[in-house]
Amino acid sequence: MNKASARNMFIGATVIVSAIFLYMTVLSIKAMPARANTPQLTEEVAWGKKVWEKHACIDCHTLMGEGAYYAPELVNVIERRGEAYVRVVLETAAIQGWGTTRKMPQFDLSKKDIDSLVEFFKWMGKIETSNWPPNIEG
Amino acid sequence: MTYKYESQRVAFPYFVAALGLFAAQILFGIVIGIQYLAPDFLFPAIPFNIARMIHINLLVVWIIFGFMGSAYYLLPEEVEGEIYSVKLAWLHFWMFLVGGATAIVGYLFRWHDGREFLEQPFIIKVAIVIVVLMFIFNMVMTMIKGRRRTSITIVLLIGFLGLALFYLFAFFKPDNMVMDKYFWWWVVHMWVEGVWELIMAAILSFLLIKLTGVDREVAEKWLYIIIGLTFLTGIIGTGHHYYWIGTPEFWQIWGAWFSAIEVLPFVAMIAFSLRMVSLRSRKHPNGAALHWTIGTAIVSFLGAGVLGFMHTLPQINYYTHGTQMTASHGHLAFFGAYAMIVMAMASYAVPNLRRKTGEIMSQKAEIFAFWTMVISMVCIALSLTGAGVVQSYLQRVLATSYMETQSHMGIFYGMRLFFGATFTLGFIVYLYDFFLLKRATSR
Repeated sequence: MNKASARNMFIGATVIVSAIFLYMTVLSIKAMPARANTPQLTEEVAWGKKVWEKHACIDCHTLMGEGAYYAPELVNVIERRGEAYVRVVLETAAIQGWGTTRKMPQFDLSKKDIDSLVEFFKWMGKIETSNWPPNIEG
Repeated sequence: MTYKYESQRVAFPYFVAALGLFAAQILFGIVIGIQYLAPDFLFPAIPFNIARMIHINLLVVWIIFGFMGSAYYLLPEEVEGEIYSVKLAWLHFWMFLVGGATAIVGYLFRWHDGREFLEQPFIIKVAIVIVVLMFIFNMVMTMIKGRRRTSITIVLLIGFLGLALFYLFAFFKPDNMVMDKYFWWWVVHMWVEGVWELIMAAILSFLLIKLTGVDREVAEKWLYIIIGLTFLTGIIGTGHHYYWIGTPEFWQIWGAWFSAIEVLPFVAMIAFSLRMVSLRSRKHPNGAALHWTIGTAIVSFLGAGVLGFMHTLPQINYYTHGTQMTASHGHLAFFGAYAMIVMAMASYAVPNLRRKTGEIMSQKAEIFAFWTMVISMVCIALSLTGAGVVQSYLQRVLATSYMETQSHMGIFYGMRLFFGATFTLGFIVYLYDFFLLKRATSR
């Protein structure tokens, strides 16, 4: 093989796999409303996501396994702990933080922020994640 | 060897900035390493999430500094002409440094966005795009004005264009988390398992040509093979991130097959390096640069290839996803592929840019630093692999709770911190050698 044929193989391979990848992207986007419950994505859920981002929760926790591994997985937190417990955590965090060993810092969370975060977690919990995590502990 | 074109000297501040930011990255790495063992350390002034975003953002910024410095050094020699505008290179150097520093300091005051690795506030993101476009403009103009067009510069340009293009997806923040994550990976995966590999392979080819004296035709053929394999495997290989995040299940099959062969470009890089060395007609006096160059091929293979492959199949990833396995793979892959390629270029280029140019001083200290850092990082990765195995088993198989599981992982976090300390020691020797020893002798 010489340089020109290596270059042509690079171009050919890139074009073909990019085309396949874009087609699969179209399929993935088409599947999203069903798998991610788009109809139930209320304004509250959207606000919850903004609160989630405002405090960079992802840089300690994981969400669907992505994040920082320093704190528990939260995609199924409502199922694991129940809504009431999650509310207590967030309400306490708004005043003084939470936890005994690895602590969650105090965050400025309004009543609306807390309600929205809970709605956000509930919505996350309904995403079709192909049976991940393997068990309730996340 | 000395530098041939006056404008190449603008590469020097880029390497200095890269090393400074690398030092800060290591410092914050130590902070979070301590927090894993002593969670109250610096809490609540610098909580884990802030220190962690600083650790990773610094990495990205210093690597890009290193890529740009490498490009400014190699471009004139490749195209046989001066850089189009040294002033522009200096201008976007300071813009990038001030912008980067502002972002990092801002994080300490909770001025950040909230998506992993893309925490830069909107205005900083815009600044990054402007800086990269200024750089690309300068690069393209240099290539147009130059006398020669080489495959290395073309591949490097494709790499930087891709870096700019895929970063644009950082501005897309839909309300739907699944959609958000889908395109978030177009920045993160397409960078580190896509276009950055092109930049790495181009720099590697340049270095191997310079260090072995082997004919350019041979190297450039290999370069195209490597980047062909990168895109062939890596683009659909994005699928290994789409197993469990609400995306369709066909990704499990496609992601598995394509990401299983994502190791191939790294195998090719090792074969390429060894082939070039075996063909060499002379021994280059810069032994340290050769250490880093061969080292980057081997360690990136271990980190990206082997550790990546270990948990890329959905049957395994189901249990290891979101555990310390990912941190293990991430550390060795980034260090091997991107930190080491920048260190290789710095090692080759900087002696040529100093006052007494082209003289290779004693490299004992640098080679000591090389081995210390490489071995330490391998041990960090192995420690975290241990942590990941324990975590996967206890939490995912036995359904032990998160905090209970963590309490059994302390030994591995301790080992990681220990090797983090030895890594820091190696880096201090490197800095001492770079800034004091060689500077004193190169006057």
